[in-house]
Amino acid sequence: MTRRFVPALLLWLAFVAACVAVVSQTRFTADLSAFLPEAPTAEQRVLVEQLRDGMVSRLLLVGIEGSDAAQRARLSRDLAGKLRADAAFGMVANGEPVHRERDHALLFTHRYVLSPAVSAERFTTTGLRQAIAESVDLLASPLGMLTKTLLPRDPTGELLQLLERLDGGARPAMQEGVWASRDGRRALLLVQTRASGSDLDGQQAAIASLGNAFAGEASKLPSGADLKLLVSGAAVFAVDSRSTIEGEVTRLALVSTAIIVALLLFIYRSPTALVLGLLPVVSGALAGIVAVSLGFGVMHGVTLGFGTTLIGEAVDYAIYLFVQSGPAKGCDGRNAFWPTIRLGVMTSICGFGALMFSGFPGLAQLGLYSIAGLIVAALVTRYILPHLLPAGFAIRDVTPLGLRLQRLVVAAGRLRWFLAGLAALCGALVFAQHDRVWNHELGALSPVPPAAQAVDAALRSDLGAPDLRYMIVVHAADADTALQRAESVSAQLQALVDAGEIGGYESPSLYLPSQTRQLERRAALPDPRELRERLATATAGLPLPASRLAPFIDDISTARARAPLTRADLDGTSFAMAVDSLLLRQGERWTALLPLRAPAAGAHAKEINPAAVRRALQGAASASPMFIDMKGESGRLYAGYLREAITLSLAGVAAIVALLAIALRSPRRVMHVLLPLAAAVLTVVAGLVLAGVALTILHLVGLLLIVAVGSNYALFFDGRGGNDAPPPATLASMLFANLTTVAGFGVLAFSSVPVLQAIGGTVGPGALLALVFAAAFARTSSCPVPGIPAR
Amino acid sequence: MFKAASTRLLVAALLAAASLLHGPQAIAAESWTVAQLMQALGKHRSGQATFLERKYLAVLDQPVESSGELRFQAPDRLEKITLKPRPESLILEGNNLSVTRGKKQFNVRLSDYGEVAGFIDSIRATLAGDRDTLERTYALHLAGNAERWTLTLLPRDTRMAEVITRINIAGTRGLLREIEILQADGDRSVMDIVAMGQAR
Repeated sequence: MTRRFVPALLLWLAFVAACVAVVSQTRFTADLSAFLPEAPTAEQRVLVEQLRDGMVSRLLLVGIEGSDAAQRARLSRDLAGKLRADAAFGMVANGEPVHRERDHALLFTHRYVLSPAVSAERFTTTGLRQAIAESVDLLASPLGMLTKTLLPRDPTGELLQLLERLDGGARPAMQEGVWASRDGRRALLLVQTRASGSDLDGQQAAIASLGNAFAGEASKLPSGADLKLLVSGAAVFAVDSRSTIEGEVTRLALVSTAIIVALLLFIYRSPTALVLGLLPVVSGALAGIVAVSLGFGVMHGVTLGFGTTLIGEAVDYAIYLFVQSGPAKGCDGRNAFWPTIRLGVMTSICGFGALMFSGFPGLAQLGLYSIAGLIVAALVTRYILPHLLPAGFAIRDVTPLGLRLQRLVVAAGRLRWFLAGLAALCGALVFAQHDRVWNHELGALSPVPPAAQAVDAALRSDLGAPDLRYMIVVHAADADTALQRAESVSAQLQALVDAGEIGGYESPSLYLPSQTRQLERRAALPDPRELRERLATATAGLPLPASRLAPFIDDISTARARAPLTRADLDGTSFAMAVDSLLLRQGERWTALLPLRAPAAGAHAKEINPAAVRRALQGAASASPMFIDMKGESGRLYAGYLREAITLSLAGVAAIVALLAIALRSPRRVMHVLLPLAAAVLTVVAGLVLAGVALTILHLVGLLLIVAVGSNYALFFDGRGGNDAPPPATLASMLFANLTTVAGFGVLAFSSVPVLQAIGGTVGPGALLALVFAAAFARTSSCPVPGIPAR
Repeated sequence: MFKAASTRLLVAALLAAASLLHGPQAIAAESWTVAQLMQALGKHRSGQATFLERKYLAVLDQPVESSGELRFQAPDRLEKITLKPRPESLILEGNNLSVTRGKKQFNVRLSDYGEVAGFIDSIRATLAGDRDTLERTYALHLAGNAERWTLTLLPRDTRMAEVITRINIAGTRGLLREIEILQADGDRSVMDIVAMGQAR
């Protein structure tokens, strides 16, 4: 140990201690947010909030299969009863009319502040006469059966106004008194968890108690064993994905560590060397976690998953050090490879650095993690590790292997034209298929298996669950203002409904009008004396004499004195959940959501014309409504990602080229380094296309990493720009480094998490190909192997 | 003469007065059994008729009257098109009931409304001559002879009986002439049916 080394060692130890301290405070998360954007537009923010916390994130779609319809219906009722008593669940709907009576009672009691028809004109003599005549006519209709008993209290038909508005929307089929699928083979329930999408632990617990409740109730039935539970929904996906990601990350880290350790033991034949070789890796991994933790506040499990690749990359530096600076090489060799490694580290940084600017949180974290990790690993290898080597440290001599590799390189050189032709062919294939290369669906990044998505789609379609594709969103500083804005938007939407442009809409203000609106309606009610006089005139000649309307007058005077309806009044009705899911508090801001429904029939059946909606919204411009097409928005979001990823990748490649141009100072040498990389990239893309894989942005990132990682090999083959082939030790160390990289990334290719699989499946083969192409395209004119003619 | 088919229609709010000419206790004429009636009804695959319906409601001083057309298409499509006092169309097909009134349209699944469903379905079943469906919901009593019969339906389900006391359907051979519905609250409705044209 030299005196100069002591401060470096102390610095390193202090750094490691600090890292451990930070890591112990780091929050790790494995939810889906790594797959959601840091949304740049207001519309996209709504989309993301909805996916995270909105009603979509709290809805569980439940199916019961097996046995017969009667048993399924019985279990549906028992299960629903159990869940309704469980505080973990809000709404539990299975088709039983549990809320109907309370709903109707609430509507009836508060009809004069709820009904959109209430206005001063309606309570004039003319208005009353018209409304009463209409109610009398209605008695001739079958609908009259519903209204006749209420006529003395509600002669203007306000309750019907309210019921009409609630009706609509697709409802599930019924079987044995509960919801069932259209094919009649499943009973269906719709359950809302109290926990929102951002409370994954809460949702996980709720899903578990749903499963337990099902098992408990099913075991009480004679055919309980035949009955099967299906649960789907965003919460299920999120919870399952989290456990998949957690499990995968642990498994991947263990597997790749085991492979690399085995590989290193095989190479070094020395436990000391193994431990020393892992020091830079551990330091780098710690630094990466710390950088992400400090930079983002929270670390995604997916980043850790990606991070296992860092093990494969950072271990390379130690390999180069140990192999190329072995005693056989003497002191001169010790530093000869540093410039090459330095350049390799810098190209890798250029590649990963591009990712840091990604709006995709998982990628940005990966970029930062890798850069911090690589820099620290390289620095530790360069400045700490050499001093820790015990006297007489040696790993086994790899020269024989290196010599064999040299012969292989020469052999590969003879395949140069074949390989170049292959790469060209791959390029042609990719060009010919360029329309079909990319996957344009955001869903392609989803970690949800296709089978689970299919179950979800079937349940969703049978339940007629809201797809919430189109919605209007208004914001305000307080709940009542949000309701007022929802009301002014509703007025425009009602015109669209009347015109048949949309089938209907939901709004929290339908169930809970703003205080202002309620007071306006209340003020429209005449005092009892006045009303009595008007009724006498209004009912003249009608079959309903004013004398029967005393209950009406009583109800009106009660309504005039009643305080406006509040959210608390809705408790125990199905409107409570409706308002809670449509009127949301987000920090200091309130948001009202107004989902639109496409018309069921008519000229615009099943379609909503966004232009017509936007035009109508201009009439409510003061509420600053946002019209959101969730599907279009998620498509735009992904397209934005893809564009961004392409830009970033090109920028990364450009930075690498610029770096090489500066370092190598020779266009020919730059070309020589880039050619094998381009060939490797084209071959990998062609392979993926041939395998039927549509490329996502993660594949694109993988391609960038092939360039960043593979440039190391090309640089070694480039040597000092001369025509010398790399010496045997260098060749051997490159092979080892390549194997560890392939192992690190290759393991990801077997992950069931699509983002990890995409990167692994691209970089694993790509790194190997980059080495092969670099070897094949290398200039071997001064080939040291006898028997091979010089070029 | 009423084309039965035509008359086979109907719906929730039908009704008719009169009847009770033949009480349910009357013994079915040996020559005219429920089986024969059902067979006669079932022969008519489609039909069209006009109706005039009067509802006698305690809450009103005078009965409300409505009129329009009825159309039936076997096996399960029934339309009641009201022209007066306000246009309204009611279409029952399979399990779906849709009511259009002015600009408003209501779509209801019959099975969502237990009691009403049994009621509406029974009328349609009468028109279709579907005895099994009828017997599931009602006790049947037939009085009179082939030329002048009255079929009385008594709800079996107690919840339905809380709404409907009895339905009397009068007719001649395979044609319906009048449907009277007596409600538990004392209100009743009578629908007179007159077949239009010949249908088959």
